[in-house]
Amino acid sequence: MGKRVLLIEDEPNIIEAISFILSRDGWTVETHANGHDAVDVVQGNLPDVLILDVMLPGKSGYDILRELRAHHGQTELPVLMLTARGQSKDRDLAEQAGVNRFITKPFSNAEVLDAVRDLGEA
Amino acid sequence: MIALNALVAICLSYVAFLFAVAFVAERAARRGQVGWLRSPLVYTLSLSIYCTAWTFYGAVGYAARSGLEYITIYLGPSLVMLGWWWLVRKMVRIGRTQRLTSIADLISSRFGKSNLLAIGVTILAVIGTTPYIALQLQSVTLSFDVFAQASGEAEQLPSAIWVAIGLALFTVVFGTRNLDVNERHHGVVMAIAVEAVVKLFALMAVGLFVVWGIGGGLGATLEKIDDSEIGAWQVEGGRWAGLMLLSAAAFLCLPRMFQVMVVENDDEAHLRTASWAFPTYLICMSLFVVPIAVVGLDLMPAGSNPDLFVLTIPLSQGREGLAILSFLGGFSSATSMVIVAAIALSTMVSNHIVMPIWLRFTNSGAVVSGDVRNVVLLARRLSIVGVVMLGYLYYRLSGGGNALAAIGLVSFTGVAQVLPVVLGGLFWRGATRIGAFAGLTLGFSVWLFTLFLPSVGTGVVISTTVMEQGFFGWSWLRPQALFGIEGLDPLMHTLFWSLALNTIAFFGFSLVSFPTPLERLQGAQFVNIFQHSSSVRSWSPGVAQSEDLMVMAQRILGAGEAQALFSRAARKQGVSGNLPEPTPGFLELLERELSGSVGAATAHAMIGQIVGGMSVSVQDLMAVADESAQLMEYSARLKEQSDELSRTARKLREANQKLTRISVQKDAFLSQISHELRTPMTSVRAFSEILRDSGQLTEAEQTKYASIIHDEAIRLTRLLDDLLDLSVLENGQVSLNLRHDMLRDLLDRAAAAALADDDGSALRLRRDRALEDIPIYTDPDRLTQVFINLISNSKKYCEAETPELHIRVGQRGDLLSLDFVDNGFGISPEAQDVIFEKFARVSDQKAGGAGLGLAICRQIMARLGGEITYLKGEGGAAFRIDLPTNITVAAQ
Amino acid sequence: MTDVTETTRTSVFLERQTYRRRRLVDAARLVPVLGLLLWLVPLLWPSEGDSRPAMSTAILYLFGVWIFLVVIKFLIARPLRSDPSDAQDGQE
Repeated sequence: MGKRVLLIEDEPNIIEAISFILSRDGWTVETHANGHDAVDVVQGNLPDVLILDVMLPGKSGYDILRELRAHHGQTELPVLMLTARGQSKDRDLAEQAGVNRFITKPFSNAEVLDAVRDLGEA
Repeated sequence: MIALNALVAICLSYVAFLFAVAFVAERAARRGQVGWLRSPLVYTLSLSIYCTAWTFYGAVGYAARSGLEYITIYLGPSLVMLGWWWLVRKMVRIGRTQRLTSIADLISSRFGKSNLLAIGVTILAVIGTTPYIALQLQSVTLSFDVFAQASGEAEQLPSAIWVAIGLALFTVVFGTRNLDVNERHHGVVMAIAVEAVVKLFALMAVGLFVVWGIGGGLGATLEKIDDSEIGAWQVEGGRWAGLMLLSAAAFLCLPRMFQVMVVENDDEAHLRTASWAFPTYLICMSLFVVPIAVVGLDLMPAGSNPDLFVLTIPLSQGREGLAILSFLGGFSSATSMVIVAAIALSTMVSNHIVMPIWLRFTNSGAVVSGDVRNVVLLARRLSIVGVVMLGYLYYRLSGGGNALAAIGLVSFTGVAQVLPVVLGGLFWRGATRIGAFAGLTLGFSVWLFTLFLPSVGTGVVISTTVMEQGFFGWSWLRPQALFGIEGLDPLMHTLFWSLALNTIAFFGFSLVSFPTPLERLQGAQFVNIFQHSSSVRSWSPGVAQSEDLMVMAQRILGAGEAQALFSRAARKQGVSGNLPEPTPGFLELLERELSGSVGAATAHAMIGQIVGGMSVSVQDLMAVADESAQLMEYSARLKEQSDELSRTARKLREANQKLTRISVQKDAFLSQISHELRTPMTSVRAFSEILRDSGQLTEAEQTKYASIIHDEAIRLTRLLDDLLDLSVLENGQVSLNLRHDMLRDLLDRAAAAALADDDGSALRLRRDRALEDIPIYTDPDRLTQVFINLISNSKKYCEAETPELHIRVGQRGDLLSLDFVDNGFGISPEAQDVIFEKFARVSDQKAGGAGLGLAICRQIMARLGGEITYLKGEGGAAFRIDLPTNITVAAQ
Repeated sequence: MTDVTETTRTSVFLERQTYRRRRLVDAARLVPVLGLLLWLVPLLWPSEGDSRPAMSTAILYLFGVWIFLVVIKFLIARPLRSDPSDAQDGQE
């Protein structure tokens, strides 16, 4: 049983792509598709690496991350953030929220894989 | 002895002669030959109407009764004329610049052209002059009487009424011949001058005869005087000073004196000559009074009337010629006074009483000037007759029994009530109309109660009871002992109380009341008449004037700007300090500056006020009023503009808020569009890398991943199509493909397209297909696109359990309206504002589109000549489409 | 003599004349005050008893003052008249 990755993303095709890439590398990929209860899902089943989309239905990725870091003491949880919004202020927002890695869509598969490996080993 | 008829004949020829003199003078004046008419000598002689029959007959009687006291009546006017520079000069200047017609006009004009005041003064003058006219009638009647008794024809006496009628006639003929603007009567003035010579000559002739013909020379006469019953100084101090004051006041205030001194004045320079010539005339008139009185007391039988010594002495000596000359002198004195007094009073009565009333009752008539002139002339004529007849009435009432001097003094005291108001008006800017009215009313009432009414005769108007016990039995209101102070000479008693109370009331009420603007303007005009009417050459140093200008300019321009202006001008003139010389150039500059703030006419008038060289006319005032009105209108317009500005500002603020909102939306859209583009790109890239890099993919996997790439590519294309579509629509570059079609067919096609990839159960359409049977000429493809968009939106966003969209069709003439109403929760009010803007999304939760659909719909509807709006209050989301059934008709 | 000196002399002369005119006007203003004072002198005379002045004395005094004032006024008025602009002169 490899390390676990939790992917919170609402776009089915992207879920499929990332799942394919990571599971081929030996990761266990679990997915969740909305922002409403994302915090509870993470808390209930802490992954080794959390991949978080920004634009989620119900609650944005930033808010989810802030909540995890501030209210639930998840300061150590490695988080990789994916966003389709490429402006610099989005990166700032992500860093303020306490992200470990930040990747802009569209990404190369190798880039995501490297990032998840790094975060998983740390 | 002279027959009475002969005397009447002499009188009539003398009057005829006067007529001739007046006529010739009048004609010469009309021809413009006024040189000799306007000599200082004529002016001085015309002033001599101060010396009436009272002087001619009464002075001798006065001297025979009270010694030298009579002389005070001439000392007062002498002082006034000797001191012409103080007062008379000012009165004449004001009278000429303000074109005053009477003493009433002077007062009314000074106190803001108050007609009430003018009426008051006029009534006062009429009442005050009435005894005086009576006195003249009495003297003429008495003089006839002397001749009648001498010739034994006493029963054929020409009564006073005939004298009155004759005088009225003469005055009417020469006093109202023409209605001159300047109110000058050359004929009358000339006749008066001739009469002045006649009376002086007559009195001096009698005097010389008395001194050298009877008295035996100067020394002998003086001795005789000292031996006589009035041979020692017996004048009471209070009366001496009081009478001097009274006569001076009367000289200034008598209506007839104002007439000859101010109204008939042709040239101010005449005053300079009159200042010594008139006192000389008075000296001559009073020189022989005491000798005649003493000789008369000596020669005439005891009990004979000393008022008539001037006549009776020559008669008793058999000098009939001298007696007739003396009679003519007295006649001249009487007639000239009555004539001028009647003219002066009739001017006042007609100008201040008759004309205002007439104009009020005939509102329209005033436009026709000829008409008014006739009315004025008629009013004057009637007034003249009225005034003379009033005098006659007084004469009849008083019974003609009083001494001439006593009547004259009663009259003087009444007229003197005007003095405080005149002096205050000429020298004190604080004098107000209310003060003047109070002073005049009080003074006049006191005079009426304490002197005039008692003078008519005890028991005639005021009963003996009142005289002895006071009004209402209040002892402090006894007519000749006001406030319980008894033992005063009645005349001095009245003079003191009336003038004192008059002055106190005048000043007191002036202090507490506030003048109207016109009063203040006129006050400044009168008090500073010499600064206003004099030429540029002035003794006042320029600095004082510049200071005044500075004070005024500061008030109008503000301190800083005014000081800058003045010091700039001073530097330019090379003058040290900050006050420039008031040169014409500087004044022009200042006037221009001021007129920018207060208007041209106002500025002109203000500078004129300070610098002089002009007087403010009614036209100036009208212009000032006009300017104020314009300024008010201007400020009203300014207010309007500022209101409009604030309305505009409010609109701008609203627009700005909207812009800000849109800008925020635009930012949000950029993120959104980026997201919408990158999301499909991400899938495309990820799966193409997988296909490229992973060798061992199953057939099924390969197909699946390839079709994902394909779908995402289509999604991208659709997004780009929408953007392009909107861009084209917004830029107006779209070309419409107009066709005839049926509304029902369009809706069918739209429903089919929008619900094609659906199982059909999710959204149910409710339509009334019968109503949709409407032919329509439009671009069917574009309209269908709008329908599709609305139906898809409903399909995507309607949250009801069994989503349902109701399409209602209505038609009003050429206008078609379609409502698309679903049964969901609708759109929040905040969102309703922006849903038609580009990039707006109704909800973040269902990221079905890029937020361009409704924006595109709106653009399409605008192209098709209609519009799409959100319908409020329908429960669910509701859109209304209005469009013409025939786009070409609508376009027209 | 040049025009310039003429102008200068004239202006000096005018100035002196103006000054004289002012003093004359002062005198003209004082005449009535003087007259009033002199004519109020009779108030000091006794009006009872034997010491009161004789009528002839009173007449001579009053008329004397009167004539005196007129003569002064006449003398003052003549030079004032020589200035044609006098009537326009306004100074209070």
